[in-house]
Amino acid sequence: MTFKNQPATLSISKRTRNKWVRREDIIGWLYALPALFMYAVFVLVPFVLTIVYSFHKWNGVGPMTWVGLKNYITVFEVPNLIDTIFHAFWLVVWFSFIPVGLGLVVASVINRVATGRFGEVSRTILFLPYIIALVAAGIIWGWLFSLSGLVNQGLSFIGLGSITRAWLGDFNWALSAVGVIGIWVLLGFCTVLLSTAMSKVDPALYEAARIDGSDWFREFVGITVPLLKQEIGVCLTVTVIFALATFDIVYVATAGGPGNATSVPGLQIYILAFAQRNIGLASALAVMLMLLVVVIILPIQRLNKETY
Amino acid sequence: MNQKFMKVLGLLLISVMLLAACKPAATATSVPEMTEAATEAPVAEATTAPTEAASTTPSCGTEPVVLKATFETGFDIPFKLAEEFTKQFPNVTWDISQDQFANLITSTPLVLASDNAPDLLRLPTMVSFAKDGLLMNLDPYAEAFGWNDWPVPQLNQNRIDADGVRGSGTLYAMGLNYSLTGVFYNKTLAAQIGMTEAPKTVAEFEALLAAAKEAGLQPIMIWGSAKSGMGLAFPLQQLMAAYGPVGPINDWIFGKAGATIDTPTNLIAAQHLEEWIKAGYFPADVNAIEYTDAAARFGAGEGVFTFNGDWQNTGYDTAMPGNVGFFLMPPAEAGGGYAAMSAPLTFGIAAKAKNPDCAAFFLNWVASNDEARKIDVAIGGSNPGGPAGATMPAVAEGSVTAETLAAGPVMGADGGAMDFIANATSSIFAQGWTPELQKMVGGQQDAAGLLKAVQAEYERELAAE
Repeated sequence: MTFKNQPATLSISKRTRNKWVRREDIIGWLYALPALFMYAVFVLVPFVLTIVYSFHKWNGVGPMTWVGLKNYITVFEVPNLIDTIFHAFWLVVWFSFIPVGLGLVVASVINRVATGRFGEVSRTILFLPYIIALVAAGIIWGWLFSLSGLVNQGLSFIGLGSITRAWLGDFNWALSAVGVIGIWVLLGFCTVLLSTAMSKVDPALYEAARIDGSDWFREFVGITVPLLKQEIGVCLTVTVIFALATFDIVYVATAGGPGNATSVPGLQIYILAFAQRNIGLASALAVMLMLLVVVIILPIQRLNKETY
Repeated sequence: MNQKFMKVLGLLLISVMLLAACKPAATATSVPEMTEAATEAPVAEATTAPTEAASTTPSCGTEPVVLKATFETGFDIPFKLAEEFTKQFPNVTWDISQDQFANLITSTPLVLASDNAPDLLRLPTMVSFAKDGLLMNLDPYAEAFGWNDWPVPQLNQNRIDADGVRGSGTLYAMGLNYSLTGVFYNKTLAAQIGMTEAPKTVAEFEALLAAAKEAGLQPIMIWGSAKSGMGLAFPLQQLMAAYGPVGPINDWIFGKAGATIDTPTNLIAAQHLEEWIKAGYFPADVNAIEYTDAAARFGAGEGVFTFNGDWQNTGYDTAMPGNVGFFLMPPAEAGGGYAAMSAPLTFGIAAKAKNPDCAAFFLNWVASNDEARKIDVAIGGSNPGGPAGATMPAVAEGSVTAETLAAGPVMGADGGAMDFIANATSSIFAQGWTPELQKMVGGQQDAAGLLKAVQAEYERELAAE
């Protein structure tokens, strides 16, 4: 519809044109309104409400009472809170650093050796975990990591039978096992994003480098990584937020067990809000988690902008 | 131009309407109206009861009634009962929504508070709902139907007093049936370790566990993942009831002021559990085993014993027909009383229900109608409860259901019925028992520390309410 309007606008006099532009603005806003409305209803309103709830004592149904900052003080009494935050940071390594690093390598290899159909297929396969329902993935990984599961069978086969264990039930290894599931989910996302970015890099740069006799690694460090800084920044931002605010992967894999070995802030918020029906305290923890995420994401964003 | 504007506005209107239509709608399955049954004479006692005392006893009347209900997904009993009810009372049809138990916990308060509240619903928990005035007070119905004359312990767990303490006071729910827990055993494997009859003391039971370990068998199969909730809470509570009285355990579960789980006899019980863990009586990977996997592994012959409830009867009888036995956890001393967790499958009526009389009539019918009791036992595997003189439906000889039904009165006679320690507060299982027992399995928690940690969590949760 807008395309059709274009020639008409040009032929109108200047005075009416101003009016026209304003009208078009309005039409533009009207078009955006459904989306804005959705955004407001499902993002802005809950966001503001969460902050409002965090200053109240409320069970979700009964009357709400104002308690000021009490919830924010009580948050620190939530058992093992510091542990859960530490777990989230440990997951950043698995959900963010490894997928982004590995994604860069994989994307670079695909771009160099597997152009065409093979590259497409491998990208698709790597991306699949990202779109598989996590609940199903949680069940599958539960089996893989179980005492008689495929992971342990593989370890026994290569002579590492002595280290086999129920990975998701082991105090020392459960969190890292959850991390492995995170890599599996997020590697495809990073690879696809980064390999798309790589295809934009001028091939002449690689050609020049090759003429100068540089190998894959030199190309990777000298050309690929510096030119992809922005995309790497996006990948890091998305995956770090995913790690810090994670709930679903942990919930379907271990539900925080064994003990509280894999408990994360997102899981605590869920239990406080929906099991203990303590909406105020859950909201306060959610607001603090959001602040934590912002504090960590901002430097990444700044780093990202500096290059451009 | 105006036309354009109208188009845009139209588009907007449509999108707003679409949004409005996006309101979550409950999945409704309605039992088809049984028109044929209308011509048949309904079961004799069913018709006489409501018509005879029509003026005093609540009933479903004769006009068409649509009962709105919320049931738990995966449990067939209420669905089958609803079907049978419509067969007997053709004027009653159903509008049933269903959801998983975990979702019921989160959605029930909202459903109860809505203008479209169900007449009849499965209650995942009840104290907070009752406090918020969301549940119908069932005392008048108890009076009208004579529920108060039923054997005493049946209704107590569904009563809540003015302080929000369960166990006495106003009746807010009824049980469709009453489950029983205890020890299930694989008959073949038990014979292999020389078990000829059910152990009479904890010491005898422990000797059997040691014999099983000695024989290279898995002594106890049980689940323990955080996703399923730690199954070791079952043997722990059974040990608590073996070494101490059940009264204080129930007081703690019901939230009586000053109640504590950290008692000397409970400490002895927890120490026994710790010894069992150290002796390797539980699977090494128990912290990662799901409920369904444990049931399947036991059904496949892994494990001489398992701790569970009679809701699993049908599963066991299907996996190992005739090979599963049941006994109540024995007392510490020979001749002591038997105790078990026995909880009602709780159903309540919303305070805003449109057909509360009919819903209450249904609850009474479930416990008193012979056909309903048959369904209750055949599908649910549990005792249907009800009036003292009600007939007990026949069950297949040699089935484990026959054994659990026979064990119920033994436990009842000793006054040993307990609710489950995992039900004390809404998240004591997820935040207290499960992580602390998992730590005990992992060697990071001892018996004394376990009870102290759970008690601290209990007090923290009660204070936050």
